[in-house]
Amino acid sequence: MSNVPSDLKYVTSHEWIRLEDDGTVTVGITDHAQELLGDVVYVELPEIDSEVALEDEIAVVESVKAASDIYAPLSGTIVAVNEALEDAPETVNSSPYDDGWMFKMKPSEESEINNLLDSEAYAAEIED
Amino acid sequence: MGEFALYNSPPIFTAGKTLMGKQTPFFDCHNQSGAKIVDFGGWDMPLNYGSQIEEHHAVRQDVGMFDVSHMTIVDVTGDDAKAYLQKLLANDVAKLSKSGKALYSGMLNEQGGVIDDLIVYYLDDTNYRVVVNASTRDKDLAWMAKQAESFSVNINENNDFAMLAVQGPNAIAKTNSVLSSAQQQAVEGLGVFVAADTEGYFIARTGYTGEDGYEIMVPNSDAEAFWNKLLAAGVKPCGLGARDTLRLEAGMNLYGNDMDETISPLEANMGWTIAWEPQERDFIGRAALAAQKEAGVANKLVGLVLEGKGVIRSHMKVVVEGIGEGETTSGTMSPTLKKSIGMARVPKATGESVMLEIRGKLIPAKVVKPCFVRKGEPLV
Repeated sequence: MSNVPSDLKYVTSHEWIRLEDDGTVTVGITDHAQELLGDVVYVELPEIDSEVALEDEIAVVESVKAASDIYAPLSGTIVAVNEALEDAPETVNSSPYDDGWMFKMKPSEESEINNLLDSEAYAAEIED
Repeated sequence: MGEFALYNSPPIFTAGKTLMGKQTPFFDCHNQSGAKIVDFGGWDMPLNYGSQIEEHHAVRQDVGMFDVSHMTIVDVTGDDAKAYLQKLLANDVAKLSKSGKALYSGMLNEQGGVIDDLIVYYLDDTNYRVVVNASTRDKDLAWMAKQAESFSVNINENNDFAMLAVQGPNAIAKTNSVLSSAQQQAVEGLGVFVAADTEGYFIARTGYTGEDGYEIMVPNSDAEAFWNKLLAAGVKPCGLGARDTLRLEAGMNLYGNDMDETISPLEANMGWTIAWEPQERDFIGRAALAAQKEAGVANKLVGLVLEGKGVIRSHMKVVVEGIGEGETTSGTMSPTLKKSIGMARVPKATGESVMLEIRGKLIPAKVVKPCFVRKGEPLV
């Protein structure tokens, strides 16, 4: 059974979103996702300051056996990326919700935040 | 995160499929060690036991073991055994004169394409043992039987054994520590590519990882007990995922990726396995190969090291400026080098660098001999 922290939001494409106090959000992939992928060997992160729209393909995570696109869970601007993943991509496997965070963004559409899933809804999704 | 672009390397992984395949005598051992089981060519095999990267490092630094029972053992016996194999194989079994000595060879069709690559052991003049790939079993057995028709020879699949590869710098010492004293004597000073037939075990100093070690045929009834002895001695179970990254680092071909029936050994880095002498030895495919050499072989199989960011996979386009295009046949992120490596079939004239098309972008790669790590040390 994979871990689905209750204080985070989610999208069906297996990303988690943490709403920060300063109005930004932090994004990564879920425990379920890292388990499916296997050992992560490479992460390609978006450019800082790039403006993205909901569901744009903005990052790539590659494991030993698969490559997968990461989609923007919200529209907005990328304000930070986790550069530590360049030398230690395996952090995504060992700490998907903490040290394995991928990027931070400033959302531009408040209404989209309401469409994010809570932990119960996401857990139900991956149950199937 | 989107749908997986699953890189099937070897080509038959289907994780998550309902498993109804054949199981080796080590199947319970895999489950007890927490294996993630996948289908491989109709067999339920361990992909990894948690982390294939950790398993890879264990083999390079210490010792790991692989269930390879899915591979096919074929005993070739009879008065014409030697003559038959001299016709069947591109390498020459006449090179083998000491009992237990082995060689690596391609088995070609009349067009000079590779039906399979294999290892053949000489036991005596009327007794040889051949090990072929799992994925090509049916095709190989049918071909070998057909070619045997004009010889006084018996081709028999041997199902008496489970097979375990124990590989790494500590493999020989660790394995020896669980053998009987008679077996230990039999393998003392065993040469590379030589096997000892001892107390029902067939222990060969061969492997598919670039490390020292054994590939051992164990009687089926002994399999679990033997695995457990090795486990207790600290040998780490390793799965098919690690097997692939290890063999690629070692520059060893994978049938189905780096060559297949449409590919000549001359374009698969297997030229060294062809025994042209004696000239009177007319092995299957010889005429086609001779014609290829005469006409000039168009492509070659090379190694690649990616010089930008990303991961090389199979079936990626290779752009060779001013010369043409090629295609990658294998690729991965090398755990030992922490760079992406691969193999590609490219035009003969290709020089020291190429570009790879990865997800729509052109990334530079260095061309090297297809061997990246030897005895744990980087070569590139």
